[in-house]
Amino acid sequence: MSKKQLALAIDLNVCVGCSACVTSCKQWNTSGSAGAMADQNPYDADPSGTFFNRVQTFEVGSFPNTEVVHFPKSCMHCENPPCVPVCPTGASYKRAEDGIVLVDYDKCIGCNYCSWACPWGARELDEFKKVMTKCTLCVDRIYDESLDERDRKPACVLSCPTGARIFGDIKDPASDIAQAIDSRNGYQLMPEWETNPANHYLPRDNKNFDQHANADKSKDEEQK
Amino acid sequence: MNPPFSVVFLTTFIGMAQGCFLALFGEQLREQFSTAPASGNLLSYGAMVVLLLLIAGLAASFFHLGHPERAWRAATMWRTSWLSREVIALPIFMCVVLIYATLSFFPVFNPDVSFNLLAAKSSLIIGVAGGVSLLLILICLGMVYLSIKILQQWRTHLPIVNFVLVSCVTGFVLAVGFYILLALVPTLRHVVDLDGVPIHWSLIVGLAGVFSLFLLFVCTGMIYACLKFLQQWHTPFTLANFILLGCSSGFMLATTLGAWLAPQTTHFFMTSTLILTIVAGIVRSASLLRNKGLVPKSTLQSAIGVKNPKIVQKSSGAMAPTFNRHQFNHGKTRLFIRSIKWIFLALVFVLPIVLLIVQLLTQVDLTLMLVTLLIQYLGLIAERWYFFADANHPQNIYYQVIC
Ligand code: SF4
Ligand code: SF4
Repeated sequence: MSKKQLALAIDLNVCVGCSACVTSCKQWNTSGSAGAMADQNPYDADPSGTFFNRVQTFEVGSFPNTEVVHFPKSCMHCENPPCVPVCPTGASYKRAEDGIVLVDYDKCIGCNYCSWACPWGARELDEFKKVMTKCTLCVDRIYDESLDERDRKPACVLSCPTGARIFGDIKDPASDIAQAIDSRNGYQLMPEWETNPANHYLPRDNKNFDQHANADKSKDEEQK
Repeated sequence: MNPPFSVVFLTTFIGMAQGCFLALFGEQLREQFSTAPASGNLLSYGAMVVLLLLIAGLAASFFHLGHPERAWRAATMWRTSWLSREVIALPIFMCVVLIYATLSFFPVFNPDVSFNLLAAKSSLIIGVAGGVSLLLILICLGMVYLSIKILQQWRTHLPIVNFVLVSCVTGFVLAVGFYILLALVPTLRHVVDLDGVPIHWSLIVGLAGVFSLFLLFVCTGMIYACLKFLQQWHTPFTLANFILLGCSSGFMLATTLGAWLAPQTTHFFMTSTLILTIVAGIVRSASLLRNKGLVPKSTLQSAIGVKNPKIVQKSSGAMAPTFNRHQFNHGKTRLFIRSIKWIFLALVFVLPIVLLIVQLLTQVDLTLMLVTLLIQYLGLIAERWYFFADANHPQNIYYQVIC
């Protein structure tokens, strides 16, 4: 476990599903030294391409108590990343200094094995470059001293119009992200796989939202 | 998962090669230690076929890679990755088979030496070399500790002396134990004391081959069995299936080769093939039953962390997700999958078993053996396809609808 662990916390209360994070991510990462993130048939009937971040949409509950949940998903930068040890080339690695999980595009042989080992489908093989790609937490900008201090954040965080994305070191109790996770019950996805995802999600405050969850809770309490 | 055909061919080809080598080695042992008649060209031709299959498998695997020119890098992470270990185990096995084939092809390289002659010449050299390297290792080992400046307790020459003496004592104790064992168990003495028995070099190489082929089986199986998110694969059945199916198809190949080159061997091969195929059928069916009863650990609820039991996905995000859909979805109907299952059960197990029994009861027929081999191989492709298609990746929870 690294001492520092950079991550994102995503506030499901305020995400409106505008996909600004998706486009800004693509814009920043397609313009860097790693080369373009090519799309296939971008203007035709069957468009496809690589994305590090996708906003998905779910409908929760039964009518009339339904809510729409917009759900951004990218690499969780797991503290115990199952995608790293399986890589036969060492192209996939987790940085000791800040916990970011990265792929070395010059070493990757494009065998796809790491993507099989990620439960979230956070890794996508770039059809054009033929190497595995994924969210880098904008590692090429968060340490760039030629940028203003306030700009040294992942592109998605800066572009989010509602401030739904909080970036920082979850191991530093004083950081915004650690405090948000702590005070607002931030949770991890699919904890059953014990990968300890670094990214967290902040649940909706709406009381009707998780009626059944509350029912679960009272059941738990009864049992106790 | 979407079955990658390159991997389907890779695993079926090398599995068959491994099984066939095992069969050939079994035949060689039989000839060596019993009065069974020699099988002529069978071993050398068989080893060539094994080698060709391995090359075909290796070639197929390259089609799976985005950057085949960097494939050598895949041998670097053997400490953590089963895939990397397989990448090492495969060429090792290929080299051993190559040496084995050369030895059996060219009798000059494979003199029918008596073991005592061989022992007289080489054991002295090997013994001296072994002794020297042993001392070197012990010195190096001692120096590892001695060279650490900050640990003052180790900064003397005593560790080296210690290491050498302790090793000698344990080694001698082991040797004494070994001798006592030999004295007590006469049959063991017979096996070890090879004085006068003519031994082919290829027997020793063959032994190395058997060792490396099992290593390869374990690596290949573990590539799949180690992924805990793929619950259908995360079971010892995966390993057992790879080994048994490889052996069944490999012995089938050996039987066919035997029917062609050395008819007197086919009874031995055919009976073993029959037994292996029946066992493989039972184990594969058991694994199918196990997978049928699996409950997915991840649900939409745990995937997005909302406990409400009614969640419906409306979109899986930007454009049609290519990689995530193609890599993890076979896109076939349930009926198709189910048919494939019954097809492979029939082609890999039922039909070959019937055909083998018929031939055991009547007589061995080369054409019929070829047909059996082909039927089973076609079935194996279906089996491997099903193996991949059967594995349900949790990421699919996030990619249920495109738009
Ligand atoms: S989310 Fe997937 S790709 Fe990212 S660190 Fe975890 S397992 Fe690896
Ligand atoms: S696709 Fe690349 S990063 Fe992933 S396991 Fe293979 S070599 Fe490693």
